[in-house]
Amino acid sequence: MTEIVAMPPGIVASQAERRDQPVWRMLLARPTFVTGAVMLLFWIACAIFGTAIAPHNPLAQQLLATNHPPSAAHWFGTDQLGRDVFSRVIVGARSILIIAPLATVLGTVLGTALGLALGYLGGIVDLLASRLVEAVLALPAIVVIFLFVVALGVSTITQILVIGFIFTPLIARTVRSAVQVEGQLDYVPAARLLGERPGRMMFVEILPNVIPTVLVEFTVRLGYAIFAVATLAFLGFGVQLSTPNWGTDINANYVLLGAGYWWETLFPALAIASLIIAINLVADSTEQVLAG
Amino acid sequence: MAYYLLRRLGLAVVTLWLLSIIVFFAGQVLPGNPARSILGPLAAQSAVRALDHQLGVDRPLATQYWTWITGMLHGNMGESFQYQSPVGPLLRAALTNSAKLAALALVVIIPLGILGGVVASLNAGRPLDRIISLTGLSAATVPEFVSGIVVIVIFSVGLRILPASAEAPAGSSFLTQLRYLILPAVPLVFVLFGYIARMARAGTIEALESDYVRTATLKGLKRRVVIWRHVLRNSMLPTITVIATQTGYLIGGLVVVETLFNYQGIGNLIYHAANSKDFPMLEAGVLTVGVIYMVATLAADVATTLLNPRLRSGAIR
Repeated sequence: MTEIVAMPPGIVASQAERRDQPVWRMLLARPTFVTGAVMLLFWIACAIFGTAIAPHNPLAQQLLATNHPPSAAHWFGTDQLGRDVFSRVIVGARSILIIAPLATVLGTVLGTALGLALGYLGGIVDLLASRLVEAVLALPAIVVIFLFVVALGVSTITQILVIGFIFTPLIARTVRSAVQVEGQLDYVPAARLLGERPGRMMFVEILPNVIPTVLVEFTVRLGYAIFAVATLAFLGFGVQLSTPNWGTDINANYVLLGAGYWWETLFPALAIASLIIAINLVADSTEQVLAG
Repeated sequence: MAYYLLRRLGLAVVTLWLLSIIVFFAGQVLPGNPARSILGPLAAQSAVRALDHQLGVDRPLATQYWTWITGMLHGNMGESFQYQSPVGPLLRAALTNSAKLAALALVVIIPLGILGGVVASLNAGRPLDRIISLTGLSAATVPEFVSGIVVIVIFSVGLRILPASAEAPAGSSFLTQLRYLILPAVPLVFVLFGYIARMARAGTIEALESDYVRTATLKGLKRRVVIWRHVLRNSMLPTITVIATQTGYLIGGLVVVETLFNYQGIGNLIYHAANSKDFPMLEAGVLTVGVIYMVATLAADVATTLLNPRLRSGAIR
């Protein structure tokens, strides 16, 4: 998973002055944003009120009605323990929508701080840190995440920490190049001549100007975080909460595909796909609006 | 240019060395004792200690690292805890399988991605461009097992025209093997399409806006000739780079795809090695992935340098 969004940061700065209406109004004028936001809100509602919306108890087993195909009583059929797949899909939004956003927030905060420091300070620290970042990036992110989750055990906290730490260098790299562009603008040497300290320079002078870059990076990374959490669950490292989990359900049922029980696997898979597509639609419009 | 390539090679070696340290120590923090997991929970403590000694895992970490890295450099990858046999041949067999799958995916995706990107750029800003870009972006971020399941449900469970497992029966002909690999290749194609199309689009747009293309158009060349002769040739440079950098990703995707389709490749090997605390296998597998990625990006840099006359003559570095 390498960069899909390579935004020239210079454009962000120059476009900021041209903006003549609030960002939210420009976003709402885009059909892609509205579609994505509606889908996303649907899943957020499921995550919060899931148990109230679901027609059945997602954990209730009916051992006399296992592997039933979709019907009027069970829209998405039942799984191998006779649990209602539709209810499990609705309630399953919760765990992924807790882990992925928290991991992305962690990665964004740490990555922005690191990127500011590297871009502003430069020199030997920057050179060494960049080598280290490249060494980590030489491995597929999912292999690294998976290595650490195996090592540190499976829990909500581990997944948030590991995914957040993996995102840190990736976000730092983007922020670093945006900061370097800012460093060439007149206000930076001007502020330095006024005697401002490095900490204040980075967080008060430069940070507000790279916020659009950080926001775009956050929305894009959120999509990858969902990707990572779902994939870990599919590989058998899902957090064992009392609530259902889409990836874990797929992991438990995909061997039954050969027997023709497709509904137990397909519907959670489509749920993951729709959540990721929703986030991408939002991320793409945010980028278009903020980057011009 | 020689200076640039040497410097690039030097940095690659440093990065690989750092990578070997990360991989080695990540392997060390995996929980569980290898001898205990080989002998089982009922084995006597003395037997466990004896096997630990035989495997060398009771020596200081620095010594273990030194033995391991010098062995690696001599092509000795150690012995798998899990299979009690040398890692080398197992790894080679898995790499061959993965290479077949990756090759099939790349053969499909490179022309398709470039075509998508060029079509999008020629329609830049129109709905077709947005559709291609958004499809690519969405396909790139949908996990491989999700798209894999969708194609299995359609082509294997529904239409019954393709097998849901990737492993062809032993001794099958080339065409039969190919048939088994079609479905597993689809998720990889989905993910890579977005990246390659995006780069091809950006490269083509840059070429379209350049002075030489304007000159070619103004001197009366047909649009088709301008695009084939002037635009495409110049827009391929960034695309080559992205194809190389995606090799690393491709192997990550293989972990998931090979698990879903039950295919004995490098991804499956790493997955099982990590699950059974098989350090030598895991470290060799992960380091191999890193080396492949480094070689691929280095090759891309060299290719870019050779294809770009300004870089070739050393005018810019």
